[in-house]
Amino acid sequence: MTVIAIMVVLFLGGIIAWLSEAWNKDWPKWVAVGTCVIAGVVLLPLVYQADSLIAFSDADSSTWIELYEYPWIPRFGIHILFGLDGLSLLMVGLTIFLGFVAVVSSWDEIEKSPGFFQFNILWTLAGVVGVFTSLDMFLFFFFWEVMLIPMYLLIAIWGHENRSYASMKFFLFTQLSGLVMLIAILALVILNGADSGVLTFNYFELMKHQLSPDVSYWIMWGFFVAFVVKLPGFPFHSWLPDAHTQAPTAASVLLAGILLKTGAYGLLRFTIPLFPEAALQIANIAMTLGVIGIIYGAMLAFAQTDFKRLVAYSSISHMGFVLVGLYAWNELSIQGSVIQMVAHGLSTAALFMTAGAIQHRLHTRDTRDMGGLWHDMPRMGAVAMFFMVASLGMPGLGNFVGEILVLFGTFKVNPPIAVAASIGLITGAVYALIAMQRVFQGERKLTRNLRDFGVREMTAMIPLMILLIFLGVYPQPIFDLISPALSNLYSTSVNQIPWIGGLK
Amino acid sequence: MADIVFLIPLMPLLGFTILFITLGNLPKPLVGLVGVGSIAISAIVVLLVGLEFLSLQEPQAYSVSLYTWMNLGGFTPKVSFYIDGLTLTMMFVITGVGLLIHIYSALFMYDDDDYSRFFSYMNLFVSAMLVLVLADNLLLLFVGWEGVGLCSYLLVGFWHFDSNNGAAARKAFVVTRIGDTAMALGMFLLFLHLGTLDFQPMAHKAAVLWQPGDSTITIACLLLVGGAVGKSAQLPLQTWLPDAMAGPTPVSALIHAATMVTAGVYLIARTHGLFLLAPTALLVVAIIGAITLLMAAFTAMTQTDIKRILAYSTISQIGYMFLALGVGAWSSAIFHLMTHAFFKALLFLGAGAVIYSLHHEHNIFRMGGLRKKMPVAFWSFLIGSAALAALPLTSGYFSKDAILISAFQQPDFGIWFWGAGILGALLTAIYSFRLFFIVFFGEMKTEPEQPAGWLMAGPLVILCLLAAAGGWLVVPVSDVFPVAGAIDHSGLVPLVTTSIPVVGVIIAYLIFLRHSFDVQPMLDSAAGQLLIRFWFSHWGMDWLYNRMIVKPYVTVTQFNKRDVVDSLYQFIAETILLAHDFVTTSQTGQMRTYAVVMVAGLVVIFAIFVGLFTGVQP
Repeated sequence: MTVIAIMVVLFLGGIIAWLSEAWNKDWPKWVAVGTCVIAGVVLLPLVYQADSLIAFSDADSSTWIELYEYPWIPRFGIHILFGLDGLSLLMVGLTIFLGFVAVVSSWDEIEKSPGFFQFNILWTLAGVVGVFTSLDMFLFFFFWEVMLIPMYLLIAIWGHENRSYASMKFFLFTQLSGLVMLIAILALVILNGADSGVLTFNYFELMKHQLSPDVSYWIMWGFFVAFVVKLPGFPFHSWLPDAHTQAPTAASVLLAGILLKTGAYGLLRFTIPLFPEAALQIANIAMTLGVIGIIYGAMLAFAQTDFKRLVAYSSISHMGFVLVGLYAWNELSIQGSVIQMVAHGLSTAALFMTAGAIQHRLHTRDTRDMGGLWHDMPRMGAVAMFFMVASLGMPGLGNFVGEILVLFGTFKVNPPIAVAASIGLITGAVYALIAMQRVFQGERKLTRNLRDFGVREMTAMIPLMILLIFLGVYPQPIFDLISPALSNLYSTSVNQIPWIGGLK
Repeated sequence: MADIVFLIPLMPLLGFTILFITLGNLPKPLVGLVGVGSIAISAIVVLLVGLEFLSLQEPQAYSVSLYTWMNLGGFTPKVSFYIDGLTLTMMFVITGVGLLIHIYSALFMYDDDDYSRFFSYMNLFVSAMLVLVLADNLLLLFVGWEGVGLCSYLLVGFWHFDSNNGAAARKAFVVTRIGDTAMALGMFLLFLHLGTLDFQPMAHKAAVLWQPGDSTITIACLLLVGGAVGKSAQLPLQTWLPDAMAGPTPVSALIHAATMVTAGVYLIARTHGLFLLAPTALLVVAIIGAITLLMAAFTAMTQTDIKRILAYSTISQIGYMFLALGVGAWSSAIFHLMTHAFFKALLFLGAGAVIYSLHHEHNIFRMGGLRKKMPVAFWSFLIGSAALAALPLTSGYFSKDAILISAFQQPDFGIWFWGAGILGALLTAIYSFRLFFIVFFGEMKTEPEQPAGWLMAGPLVILCLLAAAGGWLVVPVSDVFPVAGAIDHSGLVPLVTTSIPVVGVIIAYLIFLRHSFDVQPMLDSAAGQLLIRFWFSHWGMDWLYNRMIVKPYVTVTQFNKRDVVDSLYQFIAETILLAHDFVTTSQTGQMRTYAVVMVAGLVVIFAIFVGLFTGVQP
């Protein structure tokens, strides 16, 4: 019941936040923070259950911490089917945590209807939680749309100067990819129903029956494209820089931290397990797209003069590692991808918050107008340095563990891809350091007294830093948490596809 | 003592953490206490651990495992430290020389606003460097490896308000990262085949798996060499080190002379079990060393910035270490690493004292006659230069002599390696005493002020002793490396080897002090000018890399700043808008237009139907 409870908390919190605006403009953000805290508290007991689950995972083959089903539209085999395993738990935890951070980060940024703003934030979170826990394809699609619309509104209403263009672009890309996915879902369900005689959207049922290779190959593409657009993978990435740049800080944090991860999650939860053979057929294509993303994103990031745009392109580069790791398809690379998802969520969220804070103070995102900001804001400079260094893959921090595991795993399967992906380590350093130079170092261009990070900003930043150090120094709890969820994946793939297991 | 080993890297890390969290809000004396104290504790622990280790009849290497870093899919890197003679030697150098340099910095940097930031970076560096040498496996070594790279970046760009320093720092980081990436690939390859990254099992398994000369191990070793040449500033990645002199002078002494830049030497020495299976890779190491030591020595002759001269001499001396590794003279390489740390730290700190007293003057031709006014710096430079030039009985003499004779005994190209080393030794003597004579003799050009206090003088004196007498120290690495062939000290070769540096000093004396030869016409000639410019630019390598890599990358990224992929989507969007406009124009609102179009449409449809039913093709 916990999953539903969390969603109810978030949905209700959103409504209350919106209503509370009528009494006081300051209430919505407090309501939003409170909602995130309550949701986090509701989630906490599950972390302990996850521990016990891991202990018994050998005896009991179930990897699910929570799993329940209610009929919704039984006639079409549609159920309310929520399941939470280690992977979902991790992603839901990240969602709620970053939701909290996002609200705190945009504390005094929102002047225009703050109630509706927090409503949209919380509803996005609720939608994402649904995406991470739905195991009925129809329900999944429903939440996929639920998380999209409030995000669209966040960009369209509270965005920066070019918001209508960016929000429209975001909407079109995501809607079109969602449409592709819907077609793929319907095709899968109907063809499966024709085969087995039972119409069902149930994930487990769908996994049991394998369609003919040709059919599943094409349906797999539908899922793949939908999720890669969200990831975003090359060449479907171009909505991201605009959306990120124009979005208000909190929305950027959510976009980078969580929404991109739904794409990776979808690949890992649906595309690969539902169509293992078809997914394997395109493994090299997917890894190649990932590698292109890594290098292409890094090159674009280097050229940008808009700070948020730079961080946005760096996201494309980092998510390329995730794509490569997922399709390299072994324990090292997939665990690496998941760590990379979390670490990237944390570090990029912090960088967007920094960019937002700078824009709030300087009223510009143009790095050519910045420079020497360290003088006025040493705390912000040190924090930015920390997260830039994290994002270029410094050992001791989470991103390194993710990237290096992806590379170790990929090298086993496809050394040329791993070599090409490694170039990302160099190009990543190039743009991260040049960004630090342009923004924080060099001669001071503005003599204004700028306010450094205060208690509120540091409250949001310090947990992010601690988590990244934790991920980098002792990632084992995360491995243990998600490995039951992933173990099925290897067993299906390794048994069915000899060459991956056979490569030593 | 094994249970306190973890304190060695932890103490400086703690120092860093304290200074980082307080972000410059501590009073300066306290900052100094934390910054220096953490290194001092670490040095004491190293001393305790080392004495216990060496007091044993038969020192046994041991591992201290802290925890398993990751455990998944057969990949189980541990956070685990390995203590043997090699690690101890490195730790003695790092904490010993490191402590001296920290004490020196406590005064040298005292007037800097960012005193606390300086010590936090320095402490982090020492911690990372200790992790590097303590690591029991390649992945943990890589952690330290990247960590020292980060600190090098932060410290080179310490005075970040000057964009040039930032550029130098970025160059240092990115160039070494190219090497690091090669090293990471080597790591992937080794893990793929050996299934472990722990040094000792790796060497055993490799010896079982591969015959000497096998192509896989050769590639793996060459990739490791890629990492080593990046960090240790050897051909072809040496271009970052001279620019790295933009950092504060104690940084140059600690990171860019005594410790970090020798990490590549350490890496190859630590993985010598693998390299012994890859003779080709070893030969490459020797060739890289020989060429680099000559290139850098020629460049050092032409430089005028006191720190850049020392930087090129560092590149050159590490070239000797590479040469030693390449010819299998493992312990000589480590011995030279140690003595070099002493005399080069001494020279840099001495240079720092000069620069400090002359208000940040770097050009040696604007110095001169400092012998009387700055006796400590004078003696430092005298002893340091003598050791650098390897004059008999100095520390540098013992180590370099052993390397050159080992090089001569290399079976295939021994005479070439020896020749390169001898030529390099001659040049070393000339350029180091050129610096010495110009700075400390002749007429005074800038009046020194601000005499260095005892905090700066003390470390210099200790380093003077080490640089002078360090040759009698024994590096406890005999159990680490395979037994080398006996060094043959008879015959002409050792005699030449010993006397060449003396010749070099005499040449320098005659040219730069006595002015017995007028070399000016030669220098002014067209050929001389060309050669000097060529050498001064370090054989045009920066120019080449700018043209080959930097400029193209910038051009391509600038060209694609707006993302060509996006223009495809823009095209689709605009096409749809265009179609929309086109269709909209038909909506004129005029009844007669609609009527005409309607009738025309009907006629067309009617014609088609008639055609279909009568079989007449339109």
